[in-house]
Amino acid sequence: MSLNFIAALLYLFLYAPLAVVIVYSFNAARFGAGWSGFTTKWYGALWENSLALSATKNTLLLAVSSTAIATVLGTMLGYGMNRFRFPGKALFGWFLYVPVFIPDIVMAVAMLLFYSLLRKWCSLFELGLTTMILAHVTFQIPFVAIVVRSRLVGLDPALEEAAGDLGANEWQTFRHVTLPLILPGIVAGGMLAFTLSLDDFVVSFFTSGPGATTLPILIYSSVKRGITPDINALSTLIVLASIAGTVVVTLLQRTKKV
Amino acid sequence: MNTILSKSPGSEIKEHISYRGQLKRSAITTGPGLVWLVLLLLIPLAALGVISFLSRGDYGEIQLPFTLENYKRLLGFGLLGFDSLYPAILLRSLALGAGTALICVVTGLPLAFFISRLPARFKTPALTLVIIPFWTNLLIRTYAWQILLAPESWLTRFVHAIAIGNVGDPLYPGTFAVAIGMVCDYLPFLVLPLYASVEKLDWSLAEAAMDLGANRMRVFRHALLPQIMPGLIAGTIFVFLPATGQFVIPDLLGGAKTVMLGNAIQQQFGQSRDWPFGSAIAFVALALVMVGLWLYARKSQGKGGPDLL
Repeated sequence: MSLNFIAALLYLFLYAPLAVVIVYSFNAARFGAGWSGFTTKWYGALWENSLALSATKNTLLLAVSSTAIATVLGTMLGYGMNRFRFPGKALFGWFLYVPVFIPDIVMAVAMLLFYSLLRKWCSLFELGLTTMILAHVTFQIPFVAIVVRSRLVGLDPALEEAAGDLGANEWQTFRHVTLPLILPGIVAGGMLAFTLSLDDFVVSFFTSGPGATTLPILIYSSVKRGITPDINALSTLIVLASIAGTVVVTLLQRTKKV
Repeated sequence: MNTILSKSPGSEIKEHISYRGQLKRSAITTGPGLVWLVLLLLIPLAALGVISFLSRGDYGEIQLPFTLENYKRLLGFGLLGFDSLYPAILLRSLALGAGTALICVVTGLPLAFFISRLPARFKTPALTLVIIPFWTNLLIRTYAWQILLAPESWLTRFVHAIAIGNVGDPLYPGTFAVAIGMVCDYLPFLVLPLYASVEKLDWSLAEAAMDLGANRMRVFRHALLPQIMPGLIAGTIFVFLPATGQFVIPDLLGGAKTVMLGNAIQQQFGQSRDWPFGSAIAFVALALVMVGLWLYARKSQGKGGPDLL
């Protein structure tokens, strides 16, 4: 077998699942894998599906608010870790990678357990959107911090020294020199955090409460009951959004290099 | 440089600031994030560890006394004599993780070489095609295999027609479906770091080996493989560790015979309502990942593996 043939097979293998979801979202048959004609009615049905609409709203609300918090905290963390010393820093630097590699489900049940212990003292930790935001920020912070820190490592120290020589104080130097230079890193870290939140199923599933269903949770529970065509329509929209997002990011990266 | 496990670069530290000044600035910048992670990650994980040594009450509540019973049960030495259920789950998770990593290596190598040998203008699109599934929701890519491997699907008919497996045996749910789902989901995790290594290959070594009369196999083994080893190891780790702790894929594509650590944890925190035992399983899963990561960090130190992020 030639290399080209193997590669073609592997691309087919990677895209078969995406293709089948898209194709079946236009299948008129309500049940089963048989094809019974082309239709777009499942997309129309999505607009009237209040569950899907509220799940979309929850997903975006969760992703936007957790990303906002995590981007601020993660950027400060990445900057501080890069510039200043404190006791136990090496240990904490290692701990920062725990959320990156921890199995989702371990983090999810640890949160579930922690919230249920806290609920004995405080009703704030009733499972819902708040507990989900807290959980998402927790796994997002390290990703933002790591991306921002790697951007800081590549920075020319002479630029900040020049600002200092010209009389800028520490805050002014940070605000007008460092921050604009690391902004691409902050944006990249924020986009990574946003995507992680949108995609997350396991942590959300364990820390969500009634009325706080997100799109991944909705898809999971629908699949558990048996796949229906409107779920394929919803998934198709998510797949197309992911493709568009990835292509846009790739194009942005390319223009930056030129 | 290997950014993920390297120590923070010392050259960037503002050395002229006093120790107290460093502490104060750390508190302002690093402080909030550090406090957040300690409160919402370190303490919950510690609680998980403590509760894994507690007992389950009659109604599923968590209670004293402290006990090693949960860990004994996980190793098979339960109250009712030896029971291989949980040791089997542990071994199965490791085997499925290792198997997935192996198939990803075998399939990822040709794909990485294929992309690196494309003309320059096709490389980015070819790579983007690998990245797109990587950023597409895992749940969607996984449940799609339920449709593809359904008994009446053309793929199932084709597989049966060329007589792989017994005709009439469903391809899903089961180990085969889980393996397919895992490889499909994790292949990009391996290809991306591997490609970074393949792209930097020094082909003159291969040419020299060929001039000296080595056959294709020996050229690959002695001239190319050592060069791409860092990327290959990093990619294998990225597949093996998350695959071992997978919960969604065996849940959607597997059956009773493919219960893995993740599913066992979910079961204990769900229907069985035995949180102490569930915590013990979770803690073991966490320990496995951390030990694996530590071994990798030790081995790859200073060898300049590719960036993990």
